[in-house]
Amino acid sequence: MIDRLADPTSASWYEASARARIDGLLDAGGFREFVGPEQRRMSPHLPLFDLPRAFDDGMVVGEGILDGRPVLVAAQEGRFMGGAFGEVHGAKLVGLLRAARQRKPAAVLILFDTGGVRLQEANAGETAIAEVMRAIAEVRALGVPVIGLIGGRAGAYGGGGLIAGTCSRLAVSESGRISVSGPEVIETNRGAEEFDSRDRALVWRTMGGKHRRLTGGADAFADDTVAAFRAAALNLIGRAPAFDLATLEAEQARLEQRLARFGDCREATEIWSRLGVNDPAAVPATTASAFDALLSGLGETTHDAR
Amino acid sequence: MTLAEILDSLFPDGHTVAVADGIVSGDGPFRGGRLAVIGVDGGTPLGIEGACRLSGLVLDVVRRGGGTPILVAVDSGSQRMSRRDELLGLNEYLAHLAKTLLLADAQGHATIGLVYGHSAAGAFIATALATRVLAGLPGANPTVMDLPSVARVTKLPLDRLEAMAKDTPVFAPGLDNMVQTGAVHAVLDPGQPLAPQIAALMDDRSDADIRDRLGAERGGRPVAGDIADRVMREAGLG
Repeated sequence: MIDRLADPTSASWYEASARARIDGLLDAGGFREFVGPEQRRMSPHLPLFDLPRAFDDGMVVGEGILDGRPVLVAAQEGRFMGGAFGEVHGAKLVGLLRAARQRKPAAVLILFDTGGVRLQEANAGETAIAEVMRAIAEVRALGVPVIGLIGGRAGAYGGGGLIAGTCSRLAVSESGRISVSGPEVIETNRGAEEFDSRDRALVWRTMGGKHRRLTGGADAFADDTVAAFRAAALNLIGRAPAFDLATLEAEQARLEQRLARFGDCREATEIWSRLGVNDPAAVPATTASAFDALLSGLGETTHDAR
Repeated sequence: MTLAEILDSLFPDGHTVAVADGIVSGDGPFRGGRLAVIGVDGGTPLGIEGACRLSGLVLDVVRRGGGTPILVAVDSGSQRMSRRDELLGLNEYLAHLAKTLLLADAQGHATIGLVYGHSAAGAFIATALATRVLAGLPGANPTVMDLPSVARVTKLPLDRLEAMAKDTPVFAPGLDNMVQTGAVHAVLDPGQPLAPQIAALMDDRSDADIRDRLGAERGGRPVAGDIADRVMREAGLG
């Protein structure tokens, strides 16, 4: 696995490993990992299923410097079991967030790349997700922004989608997908007429980065480069909302409005059209800069309480 | 127990709790004040409308202040699995519901979950698992995923999974396994009045999240607490 990037400006976030993303995201040389792979704290449960383990259980946590300021950072490795939450994987993130309560860093960065709960450790993973969400609320209440970055191959699905919705701010790329039930899960439960999981364009339109950004489910749209995610993270840290009654009242209003305005839509393009996008069919192919120009002409996306 | 039996036991002098479209809301007298009740009944899957209603109800309680405790009673399906729910951002609606419960707790409203039937996956995380103390009633069946689905995903034979589930609480469905994992704090006695049992759990609640500690003590989650502590130590804390 490539853990260093030759050139973060052009290196693809999607293609990079968890460690390479951290390496390119933070200031050079400052990352220190907690409970690193040399400690071999692996899953105690996967051998029961005759499955291979990873020395880091697919989760990298530690501290580093971002633009001169101390941050805590967690990155999921989507190439190990789809970045799924197992017992050790989840506990490392819980520990990092608990550390953030005391350390009060400039931000906590979570680099999502997950299909959700690891079924072989389902109860531990599910409970860890609940612990993570509580810890994020506590960290945010202390005034520390928790920024989610979503652009990995596994997206942010299942409990990962719920954790993402708990963060202060989210940056997402074209290939970043945010959702609870994945396309395959919906198809398995409801049939291909409800959701054809092989229709990749449908998946992007329904759960992808542009749709989430257009409808207020994410706060920044990034090109698929490590440098773009770094720039987005820096920008979002300064715009993090408080975690209080006023913010959640505003989010309640935002979500009620979305239901009232788009509740009868079946297709993302219908929603985009109602948002005022002139040529919805052209949205999936627009470049990041053209997409940003499009966004600045729409009011909806400034309504971003979360 | 059914929801009606639970409410009768909790509020022998009557209550205003009602169910509409599977969503539970209302309140009743409790310890000289009121106990707000929200929840999901009848195995209803939790979609964007239901989640949005529940979060609105929680915010109503928080806005009124006064420390009114909130009971979250759950007999739900999983999250509603549909293209429309995901198109409209179900993850935001479920996360928002969890956040309102976490905010209520932080602002002095004791939040207590009560699983009395089924619950699964995202619906479980957004409701019962977002409370400070989670209780279960015998016969409740919280799951992440049922064993036949686990068999499909893991490609292991169902009979082998069933055998493994007998002594491996970490992946098997059901209340006992969620107790051992530390997700469910206590199982209530349906033969005794529920109000004092709920009151005792509220009084005993810890300010810290003790679920990983419980999971280690009970053997269902052997290493999570230790890993989290070790991360904190290496961060120069604890």
